[in-house]
Amino acid sequence: MQGHSTYTPNNGFTRWLERRLPIISMAHGQAVAFPVPKNLNYFWTFGAILMVMLVCQLLTGIVLVMHYTPHTSLAFASVEHIMRDVNWGWLLRYMHANGASMFFIAVYIHMFRGFYYGSYKEPREVLWILGVLIFLVMMATAFMGYVLPWGQMSFWGATVITNLFSAFPFVGEPIVTWLWGGFSVDNPTLNRFFSLHYLLPFVIVGIVILHIWALHVVGQNNPAGVEVKSMQQDTVPFTPYATLKDAFAVVCFLIVFAWFLFYVPNFMGHPDNYIEANPMVTPAHIVPEWYFLPFYAILRAIPSKLGGVLCMFGAIAVMFIVPWLDTSRVKSGAYRPLFKQFFWVFAIVCVGLGYLGSLPAEGTYVLWARVLTAYYFLHFLVILPVLGLIETPKPLPASISEAVLGKAGAAAAHKA
Amino acid sequence: MNIHPRIARSPIAGALRAVAVAAGLALLSGTAIAAEEGAAVHHPEITAQKWSFAGPFGRFDKGQLQRGYKVYKNVCANCHSMKYVAFRNLSDEGGPGFTEEQVKAIAAEYKVTDGPNDDGEMFQRPARPSDRFPSPFPNEQAARVANGNALPPDLSLMGKARAAHRGFPGFVFDIFTQYQESGPDYVYSLLTGYTDAPHGQECASGLNYNKAFLAGACIAMAKPIEDGVVDYTDGTPATVENYARDVSAFLMWTAEPKLEDRKRTGFKVMAFLIVFAGLLWFTKRKIWADVAH
Repeated sequence: MQGHSTYTPNNGFTRWLERRLPIISMAHGQAVAFPVPKNLNYFWTFGAILMVMLVCQLLTGIVLVMHYTPHTSLAFASVEHIMRDVNWGWLLRYMHANGASMFFIAVYIHMFRGFYYGSYKEPREVLWILGVLIFLVMMATAFMGYVLPWGQMSFWGATVITNLFSAFPFVGEPIVTWLWGGFSVDNPTLNRFFSLHYLLPFVIVGIVILHIWALHVVGQNNPAGVEVKSMQQDTVPFTPYATLKDAFAVVCFLIVFAWFLFYVPNFMGHPDNYIEANPMVTPAHIVPEWYFLPFYAILRAIPSKLGGVLCMFGAIAVMFIVPWLDTSRVKSGAYRPLFKQFFWVFAIVCVGLGYLGSLPAEGTYVLWARVLTAYYFLHFLVILPVLGLIETPKPLPASISEAVLGKAGAAAAHKA
Repeated sequence: MNIHPRIARSPIAGALRAVAVAAGLALLSGTAIAAEEGAAVHHPEITAQKWSFAGPFGRFDKGQLQRGYKVYKNVCANCHSMKYVAFRNLSDEGGPGFTEEQVKAIAAEYKVTDGPNDDGEMFQRPARPSDRFPSPFPNEQAARVANGNALPPDLSLMGKARAAHRGFPGFVFDIFTQYQESGPDYVYSLLTGYTDAPHGQECASGLNYNKAFLAGACIAMAKPIEDGVVDYTDGTPATVENYARDVSAFLMWTAEPKLEDRKRTGFKVMAFLIVFAGLLWFTKRKIWADVAH
């Protein structure tokens, strides 16, 4: 994409480097000159927030590994060693555990921003698909990370979730045995989860690079949902405008993070995970981490095990094809009066599913989970395609700058 | 304030019922069944206490931790292990505040197995501050045999390993009120929760009715404390309530020994982040001042 300025090397070394590896001019193009729509709101700062969280998870994780022991007889004690004996170990561990939750909070806001403003639509389909892929790998990483402290929920969560694969006919049981490295969740399982939990974050880094690459090819979507017409009128250079705005948003997000980390560090966790894993004692309620609860509710809503597993994976798989399910050519929900209402219903349904996922699967809760699961899929498979055909969108602004000036004009008129 | 974890579900059931009516769905009967089931079972009764270590500026009360340690040592330690806590922790900053000399004396009262020595023999020696608290039983089976086949759980993490289900909307408010004391609230309620079983509630022999027990109405542990079983030398009345409160605070400290450090660091980090955010806000405003957006 054409940028606001070009980098010219101004000394002997940078001229020498530029001819061999133009890395400085690339950084300049992507992080300084890159044109950013001037009408972005704060929901567009979550990309930067997620970058910070990813780096935070990597750094704390790498140090935690220096003190952690991946063995069933030592893992739990090594986590307590980190909490009690390692200098600032409590900070590292709480930062990593709460950081995972914060990462998911940010990623869910980022995704719902995409849903609302139609950020998955032409030409951003690949950008969106890479994002869903990151989400999927994140979930795998978080799931395996939760197993490592080897508490009761670690063990039983791992047992329940890996057992899901046994639902597949013929290949199911062999797959589960293969995943476990034995006939139950045991030391081989812990070891491979540890290995993969260290590997997958770097896979995420790789996909994030592709995600940003794709973003910088097509440019950012914006609240008006109209593409950039004139770089000079519609955009500002990334630095200092977006840099400073992102920095402010990141620090605000870190305040929320710090609140959890320092004052309620065990709020997101489960008390049972402070009991060492015991294969002979099953906890009364096995619940996954909060960020999996909507999908867990979908899993349990379906009476057949295989059906539940397929629906749970389907709930994520359907996101890959959203760019083609949404038939409306208008991107931003702000100009789609009907879609806007269905968006909020969908958001409430997702929260509702999350709540039901935390409750025991009995009585009315199951019925509600079924209703909401049906609505979840209805939203993607029926409502999105139909809305685009029947809805009359509001008139779109001719350009980003017109949208901005229109808003400023309205505000001025309101003041007067 | 009484919190009834099971009963806490009924407002949700009520809300669900309201939604069901609004939606015109015939779900009423199902909700009513769920509510009736809730009424038939044991409702753990947890009583929230005032704790010195609650809130953003919470600190442990050293006197309380020392009394709690005394209760632990004289009562709990007869059956329960505390294997992640070392004697040296008793003199750590943010803990009960024993002096290093006192800790040496406390440790020396215990015997630990060490070795092998040059002759290849394991031997017993007095514990040192660097040792962890020795467990009362050599293994799980020995503990079960001595306790009517029940296993007394390790107490190192008890302050964080138990909590009553909070339900909606309580769990949302907990974020803002910084409620993280469900562990000690539960331990206190359990230790003071031994009452006569209500009508219709029978406990098998060897089990005891406890109105706070989370896992059911009957608990294997017999009532461990009575008024006056532990001597308090600082003038605190030697009552079951005080023992329970002090040992609950002590078990919160063993579970979260860096609590004071965490909250103190948190305040500094918060202050820094808020000032930094303010500076960034003004910088951002100045930069964007000439751009309509």
